[in-house]
Amino acid sequence: MTEEHTAERWLGRSVKRKEDDRFLQGRGNYVDDINLPGMLYMSVLRSPVAHARINSIDTSAAEALPGVVAVVTGELLAQHNLAWMPTLSGDTQAVLATDKVRMQGQEVACVVAEDPYVAHDALELIEVDYDPLPVVITPQQSLEPGAPVIRDDKEDKQDNRVYHWEAGDKEATDRAFEQADRVVSFDTFYPRCHPAPMETCGCVADVNPVTGKITIYMTSQAPHAHRTVFALVTGLPEHQIQIISPDLGGGFGNKVPVYPGYVVATAASLLIGRPVKWIEDRTGNLISTGFARDFYMNGELALNNDGKMLGLRVKMLSDQGYAYADAQPSKLRAGLFHIVTGSYDIPAAHVVTDGAYTNKAPGGVAYRCSFRVTEASFFIERLVQTAAYELGVDPVELRRKNFIQPEQFPYTSATGFVYDSGDYERALDKALEMLGYEDLKAEQAKARDEGKLLGIGVATFTEVVGAGPSKDYDILGLKMFDSAELRVHPTGKAILKIGVQTQGQGHETTFAQIVANELGIPPSDILVQHGDTDNTPYGLGTYASRSTPTAGAATAMVSRKLRDKARELAAHLLEVAPEDLEWAGDRFQVRGAPDRQTTIQEAAFAAYTNHPQGMEAGLEGVTYYDPPNMTYPFGAYAVAVEVDRGTGQWKVKRMVAVDDCGVRINPMIVEGQIMGGLTEGFAMAAMELITFDELGNCIGSNFSDYLIPTSWETPKFELGETTTPSPHHPIGAKGVGESATVGSPAAFVNAVVDALAHAGVRELQMPIGPDKVWQALVEAGLAE
Amino acid sequence: MKVSVVVNGQERSAEVEARLLLVHFLREKLRLTGTHVGCDTTSCGACTVLLDGTPVKSCTMFAVQADGREVTTVEGLAAAGTLSPIQEGFKEEHGLQCGFCTPGMLLASKALLEENPDPSEEEIRWALSGNLCRCTGYQNIVNAVQWTARKLQSDSATTGAS
Repeated sequence: MTEEHTAERWLGRSVKRKEDDRFLQGRGNYVDDINLPGMLYMSVLRSPVAHARINSIDTSAAEALPGVVAVVTGELLAQHNLAWMPTLSGDTQAVLATDKVRMQGQEVACVVAEDPYVAHDALELIEVDYDPLPVVITPQQSLEPGAPVIRDDKEDKQDNRVYHWEAGDKEATDRAFEQADRVVSFDTFYPRCHPAPMETCGCVADVNPVTGKITIYMTSQAPHAHRTVFALVTGLPEHQIQIISPDLGGGFGNKVPVYPGYVVATAASLLIGRPVKWIEDRTGNLISTGFARDFYMNGELALNNDGKMLGLRVKMLSDQGYAYADAQPSKLRAGLFHIVTGSYDIPAAHVVTDGAYTNKAPGGVAYRCSFRVTEASFFIERLVQTAAYELGVDPVELRRKNFIQPEQFPYTSATGFVYDSGDYERALDKALEMLGYEDLKAEQAKARDEGKLLGIGVATFTEVVGAGPSKDYDILGLKMFDSAELRVHPTGKAILKIGVQTQGQGHETTFAQIVANELGIPPSDILVQHGDTDNTPYGLGTYASRSTPTAGAATAMVSRKLRDKARELAAHLLEVAPEDLEWAGDRFQVRGAPDRQTTIQEAAFAAYTNHPQGMEAGLEGVTYYDPPNMTYPFGAYAVAVEVDRGTGQWKVKRMVAVDDCGVRINPMIVEGQIMGGLTEGFAMAAMELITFDELGNCIGSNFSDYLIPTSWETPKFELGETTTPSPHHPIGAKGVGESATVGSPAAFVNAVVDALAHAGVRELQMPIGPDKVWQALVEAGLAE
Repeated sequence: MKVSVVVNGQERSAEVEARLLLVHFLREKLRLTGTHVGCDTTSCGACTVLLDGTPVKSCTMFAVQADGREVTTVEGLAAAGTLSPIQEGFKEEHGLQCGFCTPGMLLASKALLEENPDPSEEEIRWALSGNLCRCTGYQNIVNAVQWTARKLQSDSATTGAS
């Protein structure tokens, strides 16, 4: 070995995924694959109506059906003080309805039976007498004086307001508007959609009647937080509760909240003394679990005639459903919506947000939304495009004129965020170059002359992810740090245990790469464990693109801690002072005599076989990482669409996505995240919608009504990248799981609107089906 | 009712209710849990298996309808611990993330390539349009099928030459 020794590099390398083989061979272990001896099956009776008082529930016929072991109602749960449970936003939600039902699909009773088919049969035999009440479907209705009070279970609750929350500086913003040459306003609705992971929610609850230990195999993106909630709900000792989140078939935020099914299955197992499995059906998933969006937004942008932005006012009204059951930082009632100033240097901003109860499913923070950054980014990117039309300037130039400049970082926004790093123009330039923007503009003009419609849409988004610094970020008081525990065994193989939980993001591979990068142990020698509360350090889980910014940082830091100890061990073996050693990626070399060296594996062996007197044996450590700031990924997306004047159909001609998520650990996995997010962004723009009729019936309760794009509809994506490292993250990474759903819906909508903009069209509401485009074509006189 | 099905080359018999779905026969009676249930309405394709070589959605068939026929599930694609070319293609092209839709995607892709060894991108997208995926966004799945088609062609060219 000579001085030229270079260790293998593990960052920026598309290592094939360690988890793939078991999935490809049908050997994944999802919740529904778990089968315990003596296991019972639970099914859920859901309310057919959206708002009604419950007069009575007759379960006698169901209980008499052979094979039925128990029928659980709210009344039974109330005897154990379990009829209601806390939500992760500090509200309450019914486990099983007692007084009334407050949404269609609400859980009313559960049947536990020897066989899943029998459990479903018995649901038909339960008689519930409902007394219908007036239904509230929109937050506007909900906040009207005299609207039926949905949460009359709460003492003193006289209206349906969930929260009122403001950010920014009203007076400074008012002054900016007084000084402005122009004010452009924009009003839009981001409709309700649903993450709909391919695997629905479910659990197997196994309470050991002898030891009292409760093991819950559960579709959980946040097993540690869920264990604490379970302990608080039930009063059971936390060390006797083990939550195991095995392989998850997607999550996208849908598996962050605690659902009634988990609680009832656990209570049933506790009362019956046998394991109980509950697997939600697809309709249950779509009508009752964490949805996304349902945000009404309007605002105004103050500008000078030269296009310089001076101020921004935004009002937002959120439909929270019948409970405030987001899982979001408790101090921030509307999540991170106040990032709505986006990538722009807007000196003054004021954001006013309100949340309201309706007779709909609770939730809202889900579907790759980074705590409402999706809605914020969509709004500002649509508003900026509208402003460009009103000013008669190229939307790209208006953006360029107002970008926060690279030298302004760290940049404090008007609503109080401290952006860590960015180079927005570089990403935009790259996207435009890839798209061939100037040529496309010429093509667009020519197409219009020929009577064809071509639209070009751009979105230059900035996210805020990686929650978060514990001084500002907590959920139910639990601070949003995250953790990593690393054990290097005598032979130099390692186990990394992390407090976050993968749902397909490839943590078993990328987190092994982080360790490999710091210690030189190849990823194939590192086992990554997660999702088991007994065997991993405490952490708040995987959502809001937080795993790499938090647990990824903890992993790098714990590896460095072990490397420092390995240096002491190497110095002992080589009989030199620790400061005489140089780290060479996977070994220590004596400065000036590189042939004298100790590999990380040799140092690990010494930690258990030959450690110096006075040193603690072993090579293990744990780090709890409290991030000093959030991270701010960004990107520039550009879309070209063709619109058919005869049918209103639109087709993506090109879609270019340039992402800057800081340092990329595994580019293959990063691009996979972006591709998936772009598909979901396209889905929101084009087809996905959960809506309700006036009686509160959910339309979008199965995959025939809730349209998810297939390989046939999904366009092709062209990916590009720039790299602006996060200055405060140990390896410069920023998180990428949600960039594409944050950035792309506005790019698609901007493109379709742009195709019609010359005829005065400014807004098309998502999802933009051909019906809406056709109507706009007719109104604009463009229909053929 | 007694049902007898050749599953992954082995004859498997069981006493079942007439209403038992094929997917539950595979998952619950035979404990072949690689076949998944994603929607209950024949929409998502996570439960796709091959019935006498043709892809079917096993949540929309009774087990008794498969009596006397041959079923291939994901577990039958390759011997445990090894990967068949289509599985290898998905790994090479990052055609899976959470893995839940993957067994159905693999079987639909395998059936396509047996019928059409050199499919165009459009043909692949059409053939897989009965299988929903939320994580990967399809592009890498299409690439995986193309990778496999090339691999199978080069393998058969090598075999032909030797």
